[in-house]
Amino acid sequence: MPSPTPDRAPVRQRANASRPARPETGDRPLASIDVADLARSFPTASGTPLVALDGVAFDVPERQVVAIVGPNGCGKSTLLRLVGGLLRADRGTVRLDGTPVSGPDPRIGFVFQEPRLLPWLDAAANVGFPLELAGRTVPQRLDRAGHLLELVGLADFAGARPHQLSGGMRQRVAIARALALEPSVLLLDEPFSALDALTRERFGVELLRIWGETATTILIVTHSVREAIFLADRVLVLSARPGRVVADVPVMLPRPRRLSMVDTVAVSRIAAVIRSHLAGAADEPAPEEAWGLQPAPQASGAQDPLEGVGVPAWFDPFGREGGA
Amino acid sequence: MSHGHAPGGKAARRRFDSTAVILGGVVFVAAWQALVWLGGYEPYLLPGPLVVARRFLDAWLDGTIAPHAAATLTEILIGFAFGAGAALLVGMLLARSHFAERVLSPYLVAAQATPILAIAPLIALWFGTGLLSKVLIAALIVFFPVAIATMVGIRSVDRRLVEMARAFRATRWQLVRQVEVPAALPAILGGMRVGVTLAVIGAIIGEWAGGERGLGVLINLARGSLFDTPLLFATLATIALIGIVLYLVVVAVERRMVGARG
Repeated sequence: MPSPTPDRAPVRQRANASRPARPETGDRPLASIDVADLARSFPTASGTPLVALDGVAFDVPERQVVAIVGPNGCGKSTLLRLVGGLLRADRGTVRLDGTPVSGPDPRIGFVFQEPRLLPWLDAAANVGFPLELAGRTVPQRLDRAGHLLELVGLADFAGARPHQLSGGMRQRVAIARALALEPSVLLLDEPFSALDALTRERFGVELLRIWGETATTILIVTHSVREAIFLADRVLVLSARPGRVVADVPVMLPRPRRLSMVDTVAVSRIAAVIRSHLAGAADEPAPEEAWGLQPAPQASGAQDPLEGVGVPAWFDPFGREGGA
Repeated sequence: MSHGHAPGGKAARRRFDSTAVILGGVVFVAAWQALVWLGGYEPYLLPGPLVVARRFLDAWLDGTIAPHAAATLTEILIGFAFGAGAALLVGMLLARSHFAERVLSPYLVAAQATPILAIAPLIALWFGTGLLSKVLIAALIVFFPVAIATMVGIRSVDRRLVEMARAFRATRWQLVRQVEVPAALPAILGGMRVGVTLAVIGAIIGEWAGGERGLGVLINLARGSLFDTPLLFATLATIALIGIVLYLVVVAVERRMVGARG
């Protein structure tokens, strides 16, 4: 692999060229993520360690959105915690813009699966919590929290306690909190999984808008293939345990993304490619396949437009076996 | 069903509750008076509620009870503050370290299981019959329930909140002060509810073990030299009232600090 610096500049230019609507970030640093040969295992009661991840490597150029999908228990959350410095790796390194991550890092904002708000603080104080830990004064905290609550559409709820907010609102507060220290990287661990389907779709749009306004690099773990495609520039597919990256699928959809894009053939095609890799990795069929859609065959890319597209099992006029 | 309440349901419910409280008091006093009448007890054996109420008022108005009550209240408050404060620190240590729990818990349990009545004369012997010995006895008896409540409370703090705080770079001390203790507050205050009533007992026992002033001393006086059983009852009522008021104060603090969490 070439040294990261020479090929970073063109990436940034390309990003700027294709996203003219992006605001200038001033002197705020952007960050790319480099993950090399990451491995982590956990001790078990039986004595043989459980290898969660083994040899995971990928990189995320600054401002990109990369989604991680994989079968249950493949170590997606472990991977995110390693990147965020919440867990120590057995082997391998994580670098943000060339500097290694060694513990919780101010350049990183974390959004968890649950909102994890402090129930005794109101929304504004929860958003300001990282600032409080960092020793900022109360007016600074309130000022920043006010801006961030406005960014996530909760300007009127600054004084509300978590139990007075809906699940979706709580997760918005959590996103605002993750942005409090102006991180250059956002890590999201299945952030929408507790939300109902409609709220979830709205949240995807919302997250991309926030991404547009904050110019962060985003790494998001999800178990929804469509959500991954909708959000991301690239989708990384992890294998079953021990997890490693088995596919790096580019998502060539224009930005800004629209919800209507989710139902296009292009998305279905990308989804099929991703599912084919997942099918190779998972022990059990994905839910879509269980509902009567044929599992996509092992595809090595998207050479044939029909290859890998989910076709109902009962509708197969081309005789797939002999057709290709 | 919980959504089916009428808008005034809460207020009506509260009205019903306070009616029940008053009714309970009336039944208690009536039963007491009935017992005295039916049994024909002399006032030195079992004074009726009216006799006790009159003696209670007299003793407060002529300044018999007040100085003793003030002394006891001081002992209770200082003893509770020290006992609960120390218990908070030890409870946090116990929560953090299983080793500390292993080493210390036999002594804690032994100290709690040994009757405070037996220890009190010893403490009076060592520390004199002044304020200090009473404060120590009250603190000792408060310690255990608060320490255990703190330990259990901090151990059961949601680990996910702790991970969140760590992700935002909380230091060890910030973690304790800004996440663990506030999260464990309901449990800690539950221990303090128990502790504050025990502090009352501790102060009285301390006074019995030796002292010139306090409600415990007044009980001995009323029973022994004065042979004034109605005054004994009035003193007991004062002690009970102090206990109830302190308990309600802890509950009010709890409501204020924890109630808004929903």
